[in-house]
Amino acid sequence: MGQQISRRSFLKGGMAAAAGVAASSIPGTEALAAPDESKQLATLIDISKCIGCEACVDACSEVNAEKYPNPQKPFPKMVPNRVPVEDWSEKQDVNDRLTPYNWLFIQRTDVEIKGEERELTIPRRCMHCVNPPCVKLCPWGAAKQLENGISRIDSDLCLGGSKCKKVCPWDIPQRQTGTGLYLDLMPSMAGNGVMYKCDRCYDRVAEGELPACIEACPEDVQTIGPRQEILKKARALAKETNGYIYGEKENGGTNTIYVSPVPFEELNQAIEKGKGKPHLKPVEDTMAQANNLAAAMLIAPVAGIAAAVGKYIKRSKTVSKGA
Amino acid sequence: MNQNLTNTRVMGLPSRWIYLTTTFFLVLSGFGQMPIFKRYYVADIPGLGWLAEFFVTHYIHYLGAIVFLALTAFLITDYWMLKRNWRRLTASGYVRIALLTGILISGALLVIRNLTGTNFAPELIIFLDLIHLGLVMMFVFVSLYCLIFKKHWTTER
Repeated sequence: MGQQISRRSFLKGGMAAAAGVAASSIPGTEALAAPDESKQLATLIDISKCIGCEACVDACSEVNAEKYPNPQKPFPKMVPNRVPVEDWSEKQDVNDRLTPYNWLFIQRTDVEIKGEERELTIPRRCMHCVNPPCVKLCPWGAAKQLENGISRIDSDLCLGGSKCKKVCPWDIPQRQTGTGLYLDLMPSMAGNGVMYKCDRCYDRVAEGELPACIEACPEDVQTIGPRQEILKKARALAKETNGYIYGEKENGGTNTIYVSPVPFEELNQAIEKGKGKPHLKPVEDTMAQANNLAAAMLIAPVAGIAAAVGKYIKRSKTVSKGA
Repeated sequence: MNQNLTNTRVMGLPSRWIYLTTTFFLVLSGFGQMPIFKRYYVADIPGLGWLAEFFVTHYIHYLGAIVFLALTAFLITDYWMLKRNWRRLTASGYVRIALLTGILISGALLVIRNLTGTNFAPELIIFLDLIHLGLVMMFVFVSLYCLIFKKHWTTER
């Protein structure tokens, strides 16, 4: 039932998103479009339902295999040689962390719930932030946010500088050296491959299909729909199960909402974290500090004009007295 | 008053220093948006580690833009009210103003792009990124030329 409802609302959202994409192809219209968070689709991940079968991981790999890197070897000599070569092409089967060939993995941990020890399994991938720093701070526009809230990296444009990974609060994007546009520019001097991460099956979603991980899940762990609806469901689920929510406010809000039977502080302490294994800590809105200065940019010219007028009046008075 | 203004440059000494310092930090923090300073050891120089911190360079770029906007508005108003009858823009002044206008417009659009809920077309973002960088590089070269060959923004009418 839950899956039926989510499918229906998903298709509605998918049509709205498709209309948005169509409108965006008219030059200039999207630039003037009013912010509308309601167009963003979010996923609800009910951690208590996940059995860690990895059907989602397998489906992700199968569906996205053609997007995976196909690096040319030998890799260009890096200048300076401190630039790290990151090669996952010989380790494509690694599925216990994020890699350029594995955009979704299951994080496992043992926790105590009501006195009983239980293994929790958590699907981890890109959070698809509402205001994604990876997209907004990419210096070339290689990372894009679609109107439906999906953030994705264009592998034809990315130079592999890894800035997106550094500004991502969860270090999600993963680099593969030896592929992409940098090979056609100055391969030794600038760039280092392409960054890869979950694109929430943007191509399937554009066709009105579900992301592969959601479709393949036998337990209906994930639900997709407009963000506000998903948040309502997440709050209701958390209330019903005495659960906890992650992603509603993290980094200013994400389009991946987790509901857990144990507090996320506890979960974060229990999970294995590290390279390619993101945390579950609280995250402040990373874009907010600079964005708060935007208002000052509007006031600044007014202050400048006022100062010049003040100078003019002062000078006029001095001249009058002198005369 | 008129006599005093005939030989007065549009930019006084304090404005000149604020302009140079702000422009320096704007260009530095602007180039810091690209992941180059760590790669090429610049961020390893003591005191320059912040150049590898993208949120810091981003914030400093915004702060620099605020000062630059205030100064630009001040100089334009000051010129218009007090000095326009005695000083005129030179050719290099026009070129620099044209470049700065392009930089300010593309920069303002990128600031809007960064706000929550704003979603520009990817092609527009690429265009803005490239035009902003390209105009800044042209502005730097033109400014260096003007500095070396002592080309002023304005001259006596």
